[in-house]
Amino acid sequence: MLRVLAVVLACCAGGATAQERVLPLSELRSGVTFAGSNVRAMQADDLANAGMLWVERGEKLWNAAAESSGKSCTSCHGEAQKSMRGVAASYPKFDANAGAVLDIEARINDCRTRRQQASALARESEDLLALTAFVAYQSRGAHLAVSIDGPARAAFERGREFYFTRHGQMNIACTQCHDQNWGKRLLAETISQGHPTAFPAYRLEWQSLGSLQRRLRACLFGIRAEMPPPGAPELTELELYVAWRAQGLPIEAPGVRR
Amino acid sequence: MPDARINIPAEVPRGKPFEVRLLIRHPMETGYRHDDTGKQIPRNVVATLTCRYNGEVVFAARMSPGIAANPYLRFFVTARESGELAFDWVDDRGVRGNERATVNVV
Amino acid sequence: MTIGDHRITRRRALLAGGVLALAPWLPARADERDIANIPALAAFLAGRKPRWERMRLDLPGLADNGQAVPMKIVVDGPFAPGPYVKVIRLFSQRNPVPEMATFEFPVAVERVEVESRIRLAGTQRIVAVATMSDDALFAAGADVVVTIDACMDGT
Repeated sequence: MLRVLAVVLACCAGGATAQERVLPLSELRSGVTFAGSNVRAMQADDLANAGMLWVERGEKLWNAAAESSGKSCTSCHGEAQKSMRGVAASYPKFDANAGAVLDIEARINDCRTRRQQASALARESEDLLALTAFVAYQSRGAHLAVSIDGPARAAFERGREFYFTRHGQMNIACTQCHDQNWGKRLLAETISQGHPTAFPAYRLEWQSLGSLQRRLRACLFGIRAEMPPPGAPELTELELYVAWRAQGLPIEAPGVRR
Repeated sequence: MPDARINIPAEVPRGKPFEVRLLIRHPMETGYRHDDTGKQIPRNVVATLTCRYNGEVVFAARMSPGIAANPYLRFFVTARESGELAFDWVDDRGVRGNERATVNVV
Repeated sequence: MTIGDHRITRRRALLAGGVLALAPWLPARADERDIANIPALAAFLAGRKPRWERMRLDLPGLADNGQAVPMKIVVDGPFAPGPYVKVIRLFSQRNPVPEMATFEFPVAVERVEVESRIRLAGTQRIVAVATMSDDALFAAGADVVVTIDACMDGT
């Protein structure tokens, strides 16, 4: 009886299942389903997908020993195909050591500085993109499942608030395009539901692989809002919210987008 | 050394054309873009790429900024003897790249 | 009568009919107009007339993004014995550099197919020309519409 009560209370206390969703899980659609046929074809073919260049580079970096400590990622994690399998699906995640919610990029840098005695890599640098792409690639096909409980809760709430707040000169909130108007046309493009599963992604417009944070900043630029700098807590919090919002969608990284 | 990916079939039947696919990490900078200070970013493209099959040039590409960044190429080569496909390329700055693939003719 | 927002007046219908009637005498082939519209192509051809057959230039009618447009060129065989494809040249109507690429085949190959991704500075026509080992020329053209991004990306 007490156990039943505990479960009921846990549900009502604001666990993930009790959280209201604007987009029901059954209606979720990956961004790739809104893309043109050429973009879809490029993503589906690993030999044509330019993002794979970063995955390959990431594999080399994974095996490379840091000068100061002689440690590589392999030293602790062994083969990424085994140790990193499914890991990206739980990110962003609260890290007890760091005392904060970390996205994959921040987690990699945390490992580098804390464990490898190596320097942190700059956001959007070739090497950080490569390592992020390599790690995320090991979770391809895994279903997104992030935790918003306990210490992650506050960050999740801030991320959600950001998502529902109007920003910029255009005074638009993320929800207005991606919850209320997905599937509709904006000039020659179709508005997607705004899911993060393809990132880091090779965006044709960037002519490069780029992170989810870069894509979020690009959206903010598009509505003439001030962009938080790469790595800003607001961006990580928003990453956590959109990851929760996309629960169950499979990871496609490295994806291709226009 | 620029990152590159090459793919050819593991085995190729003698006398028949086989597919070669190549992807090179390179910005193929057009020379028409400007940086945040307004300064023009100089052109830098992979101007010449050659594919040698056991030493003989079987394919060459001369590219301009009209080829997209991170150039992707797919073409066919006739299988003769087993050996090596050697790719060599150079960009406008003189930075060279190369990749090798083993050809297994059956 | 009305089609969409345009009213097709009787006058316009008669005019259209008249143009169609004159069709055989007008340079209706976009292919030949290409030579006039692309000076770099005219310069390369130097008066020679390519045959607009045997070659296929596959490009999407509407590009997802002008930075990377998938392109495929196919020249139909058979080749050996006889003339084979030595060079394929690609020309752009609107790019600042109209000679987009040259693909060389010093050794004959039975399957002449080249795929790449091209960059297009706006909506335009692209023309590919193949030079055979006996100096014969074949050509193909394609139109691509390139749109701008719905939202600007300042990153």
